[in-house]
Order: sequence, then structure tokens, then C-alpha cells
Amino acid sequence: MISFQNVSKSFDEGRDFAVRDVSFSVAPKAFVALVGDSGSGKTTLLKMINRLIEPDRGLVCVAGESVQSVPGYSLRRRIGYVFQGIGLFPHMSVAENVGITPLLLGWPKPQIAARAAELIDLVELPRSYLARMPSELSGGQQQRVGVARALAARPSIMLMDEPFGALDPVTRDTLGSEYRRLHESMGLTTVMVTHDVMEAVLLGDRIIVVRQGEIVADGAPHQLLTEHPDAGVRALMDMPRRQAERVRILMQERTRRE
Amino acid sequence: MNERFAAAARLLPDYLSQHVLLSAAALALGFLISVPLVVMASRSARVRWPVLGFASVVQTVPSLALLALFYPLLLALSSASRHVFGHGFSALGFLPSLLALTLYSMLPILRNGVTGLANLDPAVIEAARGVGMTERQRLLRIELPLAAPVLMAGLRTAAVWVIGGATLSTPVGQTSLGNYIFSGLQIEDWVSVLFGCIAAVALALMADQLLGLIEAGVAKRKPRKIWLGVGLLVAGVAAAGVGSVAAGSRSTYVIGAKNFAEQYILAALMADRIKKEGYSSTSRVDLGSVIAFRALASNGIDAYIDYSGTVWSTVMNRHDAPPRLQMLEEMRVQLRREHGVLLLGALGFENAYALAMRRDRAEALGIRTIADLAQHAPALRIGGDFEFFARSEWRALRDRYGLRFRQQRQFQPTFLYRAATSDEVDVISAASSDGRIKAYDLVVLEDPQQVIPPYDAIVLVSPARAADPVLHRALEPLVGAIPIDLMREANYMVDRDTDRMPPGKVAQWLESAIHLHP
Repeated sequence: MISFQNVSKSFDEGRDFAVRDVSFSVAPKAFVALVGDSGSGKTTLLKMINRLIEPDRGLVCVAGESVQSVPGYSLRRRIGYVFQGIGLFPHMSVAENVGITPLLLGWPKPQIAARAAELIDLVELPRSYLARMPSELSGGQQQRVGVARALAARPSIMLMDEPFGALDPVTRDTLGSEYRRLHESMGLTTVMVTHDVMEAVLLGDRIIVVRQGEIVADGAPHQLLTEHPDAGVRALMDMPRRQAERVRILMQERTRRE
Repeated sequence: MNERFAAAARLLPDYLSQHVLLSAAALALGFLISVPLVVMASRSARVRWPVLGFASVVQTVPSLALLALFYPLLLALSSASRHVFGHGFSALGFLPSLLALTLYSMLPILRNGVTGLANLDPAVIEAARGVGMTERQRLLRIELPLAAPVLMAGLRTAAVWVIGGATLSTPVGQTSLGNYIFSGLQIEDWVSVLFGCIAAVALALMADQLLGLIEAGVAKRKPRKIWLGVGLLVAGVAAAGVGSVAAGSRSTYVIGAKNFAEQYILAALMADRIKKEGYSSTSRVDLGSVIAFRALASNGIDAYIDYSGTVWSTVMNRHDAPPRLQMLEEMRVQLRREHGVLLLGALGFENAYALAMRRDRAEALGIRTIADLAQHAPALRIGGDFEFFARSEWRALRDRYGLRFRQQRQFQPTFLYRAATSDEVDVISAASSDGRIKAYDLVVLEDPQQVIPPYDAIVLVSPARAADPVLHRALEPLVGAIPIDLMREANYMVDRDTDRMPPGKVAQWLESAIHLHP
């Protein structure tokens, strides 16, 4: 579905590489989590898929075709994009925000309205919210609209850049698992950037660890959790396990006291 | 007071409509030029700094100077176009004012626009790209609508500046509310000055409020407010358009005048004469000395009164001083040949540059002539109007009589005579036909060497009207009809401290005094 062949990207004319000679591919309907520290190059990788960033070298393909073969805007209309900044258009209603990509694609008006209503149900907001302005929504509600907007033109690929990073933990968890269900039910291919390993482990069915522009680990969560030759990867993947361990012990103590 | 107020109010439709049209045109043009520049500047730093830098520099040029600079520029362009295309255009009035004010309006629009676009939420811009907008769609659907309130605030600032600045277009021959202010200042008609100020302020406030309504509508996305504001603005400009077309269609002749009482009176007198022939006229007042002749030669105005000595030195560049009649004859031939301008004739009085002193002071020092003055000059102070010290007459006087003063100061003509009586200066440059010479008890010093050329008031007619029978019928009776005493008396009615009369009234008095009609 998505493939990278020897892709490199530098933002300072080759002194440092944000992405260095990376190759990997993503199968249809996969949920891939890209994890790494800030500055590791994971967001650069993600944005090269929908050409928000252009690679210096190498080939990025989507559905078997080079992303360079179509104009960037046209490519982006086929790929959903959700990011931490949310970026709802403040001068448009929720319905207009959700309907923007279908509008750009020239869908008829009634069809756009029907699609907006359908999506607002899907992200579990009341229909009355369609008429609201973004400023009237909470952060979690805004990102629900963000997800709806990304899904509006029926993309098969969703790119998510720390989508729930700015939300409170409860909302983050709820939205994460709700999105995972949408991913299943709609048969989407999702690539999600996160620095939260727990989130990656819980949502993804494949984790790619990026460090200094290179892939240092790539596998199913349970594989990476159990063993890995790289010390850094082990330390990274240790965290969710230790957290889980601590929670388990706490729960046992409580049961014992009762 | 009431009479002067009424006189000012009668002029309002013409002045206001011209002012509105000029301001609206300058703002619209400024806006249309600025918005694409804003977009380019927000896309590229290489465009941004030159554009903002240029606009800032323009803003620091005093607006009057900016207006004045466009006049010679357009004059050169006009003569170039005459050579290339066979016809020129008027370098006076609307065009230089429009260009200067347009430039003036651009800085606030540019600065606000660039700031507005630069300060948009980067997340919104990223989202616009992410949902698949082209550059153009992003600009039209997201960036411009979001920056619009800031851009509108810039337009509001520009509107206030332009409406204020438009009052300064009067000296380059564009009628505006500035006519009240400039003419009022010349003849100390403070009612007129105040009337002009208040009208300009009221207009600026009104435009500001309407643009504010649009700004609020844009910011809060209330289309009704936007359309109400736009509708009222368009209605105002349309009304001004109708008003000025109505005024324009009524007037057939354009009479020019420089910026002092005698000129206002004589312009009104000529307008009255034309009216008696059954034709209408408008006036272009407060023209600069050289601008007036250029305007006439290029048919921007149809007729005005100048003075032989002025034309002799500034237009013909002659520095000798032949006898009166010989000078007039040479002038008549040369003006016709070189500029196509008709010298219709002399009115009968002179308005020469002269040096004047307070009578008691002159007598105390025993000064009767300029030659006497030269001996006392190193201990004395001289005051002149803005033009005087730059003129060849002054240089000739200074060199021939060896005048060296202790101090040399410049005054606005109105304050010049005051300066003499209040002992701020000892000697002033005076106009020989000025009523205040007698009223303030000044003496005009004799010029035994006849250094100062004759300054006969002469009627000049534009090339296009040189053979116009109406103008001939109207103006020929004025030739030789106004003696110096009558003109001084008329001038004093406008210039005196109390019980001043509007120039139009004085013109009527003058007309009956010279028995033009039975």
C-alpha cells in the first residue's frame, strides 16, 4: 500500500539527515505506529507519504505509484491527515470543516451534507454540532471533528501525527480506542506517529522505532516487547512493560488488603 | 459671521463631492495595488522587505511635498506623451493628487495585510495543505478570509489618512475641502478654515465608522453588516459622483487664481462677468505662481490674472527692465508665439513687489528710498513672503543697492504685515496694491534706479480659449478699468481685521464701482 525505497531527506543541504536511506513498506489495512524521540525523523517520514515534505532521494509509492506522479494537492485529497495542532478552520462551521475535501473534489452539495452528517455520527458527536463553530467545541470534540474531516472523502489511507497528544489522558485513551475501531470497520491503512510507546503498543499492530533518521526496530508489539538486540529499543519498550507491571502489583496489593 | 458661514455652505456640495471622489478613488486604487503586493510579500521575503521599506519611505515624505513632486513628474510625462502620441494630459489637479494619495494609502494596508497573513495559526495553514487545497484555494478560502479583519483595519487607517491628506491637494489645483482651509488662511477667514476642518474631520469619521462596520462584519462573519457598510459607502461615493457631474456639466469655463485676496476677488469678478454673458464657470484657486501659468498654457484653466513682472522673470526668464509698454508688447508677442497664450490686456493697476516700512520708523531714520535704506540695512531686519527671497527682483535689489540686512525672515503673507506693525521686522516685502499698506500706515520706499520691473495686472487667456467670443465679451471691458486706489480699497475689504467681506461680495462691489454696466 505504502512503500519507501532508499529515501533520504536533509533540511540543511546534506550536513544532517532527518531521514537517511530508509526503506520499508506498509501492507493494506495495517496499523503502523512510528515511535521515536523528538527529532528522530518520524514526522518527516509520515509527511513524505502525502508530500507535505518532499524527499531528496529515493522513491515513495502509494498504491503502487510514485507520489511524484500526481500533484501534491490531488494526492492529499485521497489521504486522510490528522495532526496534533488539529487545525480546524475557525471561520467555517463544523459541517463546512468536515465537508471541505469533498467540496474541493467537486461533490454535489446534498451529498456533502449527507456525508458530514454520517461522519458526525461516526465520531459520536450530536448532529446539532454540525452548525457550531470550532471555537464552541472542547479540544477532544475538535479532534473528533478533525478525524471526521480526514475521513470525509473516503480515503483508504490515514496519516496521523501525534493526533491525540494535546488531549487529556482520558480523552486521549477514549479517542484512541474509538479510532482503532474505525480503522477496523472501515478497512483503513493507518500510519500513526507517536512518542507515547504505550499508545503505540495498544493501538498498533506493527511498531517501527526510528532513531536519527534510521529505522532501528520494526515488528509486532509483542515481538519488540519480549526481546531486542538494540539496548535503546529495549529501554524504550521496557517502559510500557514496567508500567503494566507496576499497575499489576498495585492491583494485587489492593486485593490483598481487602 | 452668518454670511460667511452661508458663503462656505454654498461651496460645500462642490468641494465635498470632489473630496469624496478623490479620496475614494485613491483608496480603491491603493487597495487594488496593495492586496496583490501583500500576497506576494507574504509568500516571499525578497518581495516583503522592498515593498514595506518603500511604503515606509513614502510615508515619511510630507504629504504636501509628495503632491508637489507629482506635478513636475506628470508635466514631463505629459509633454513626452504629447511628443509621442500627439496629445498630452493635464498634469494639474486630479491626477497628481490621486497618485500621491494612492501611494500614501498603501503603507497601512500593506503593513496590516502582511502582518495579518504572517500571524495566521500555522496549524490552520498545515490543515489547509493537508485537506488538499491548492495554493490559490488556500489563499482564497483560508488565508484572505482569516486575515481580512486585520486588512480592513489597515484600510480604515488608510481612509483616515487619505481624507486628511486630500485637503492638501488644493495647491496642485484639485478642488477639495482644503480650498476652505487654504483660502481661509490667506484672507484670515477663520470661519472658512474651521468649516473646512470640521467637514474633513466629519467625513473622515463617517468613512471610518462605515469601514469599521464592514471590519466588524468581516471579523464576526456577519454578511448583513458587511453589505450594509459597503452599500452605504457606495451610496456616498455615488452621491458625490452625481454631485460632481452636476457641478461639472453646469460649468463651462475654469477661472484660475493664485493664493491671495486680490486674486480671489478678480477671479470672482471674471466669473461674474462670464455669468452675465449667460455661461457658468468654476474656479481653481490657491494655485502656485508658476503652476498657474503652466495650467493655463496646457488649457487646465481658461483664464487668470497674472502680473507682467512675474511673467517676465519666471516664464520668459528675462532680467532686464524695459519701459512698461514695451515690456507688455514684447510679452504679448512672445506668450502667443511660444505658449499660445493670449495677453488680453492690462487691468489698469500694478501689484509690484515693493519694500515697505512703518511710517514712524522710516521718518525717524530718514529713509525715503531704497538707496537710503541700504545705509541703515546692516542694523535692520527684513521679512518676506515665501517666494520673495528666491526671486530675481530681490537679487537685483540686493545687488544694485548693496542691501545687507541683519536678519532675514519668511512669513505667510497674512502675517507679514503684522510682523511689520508688531516690530518683529523693520522692512517687509509688500505688494503695492495691498490695502493694508494704507491701513497699517506703512510707506512704500521709492526705487530710484527702477530695479523692480513693472507689475501690471494682466488678463491671460488659454490657447484653447484665445479666440472664444464669450470670454472676449466678458473680459475685455475689464481692460484698463481698475485703478490702483479701487483695487487697494477692494483688497482691504477682504484683508482688514474687522468687518471682513467674502471675496465674492467684494467682486460685486468692485464691479459696480467700475461702472461696467449701466
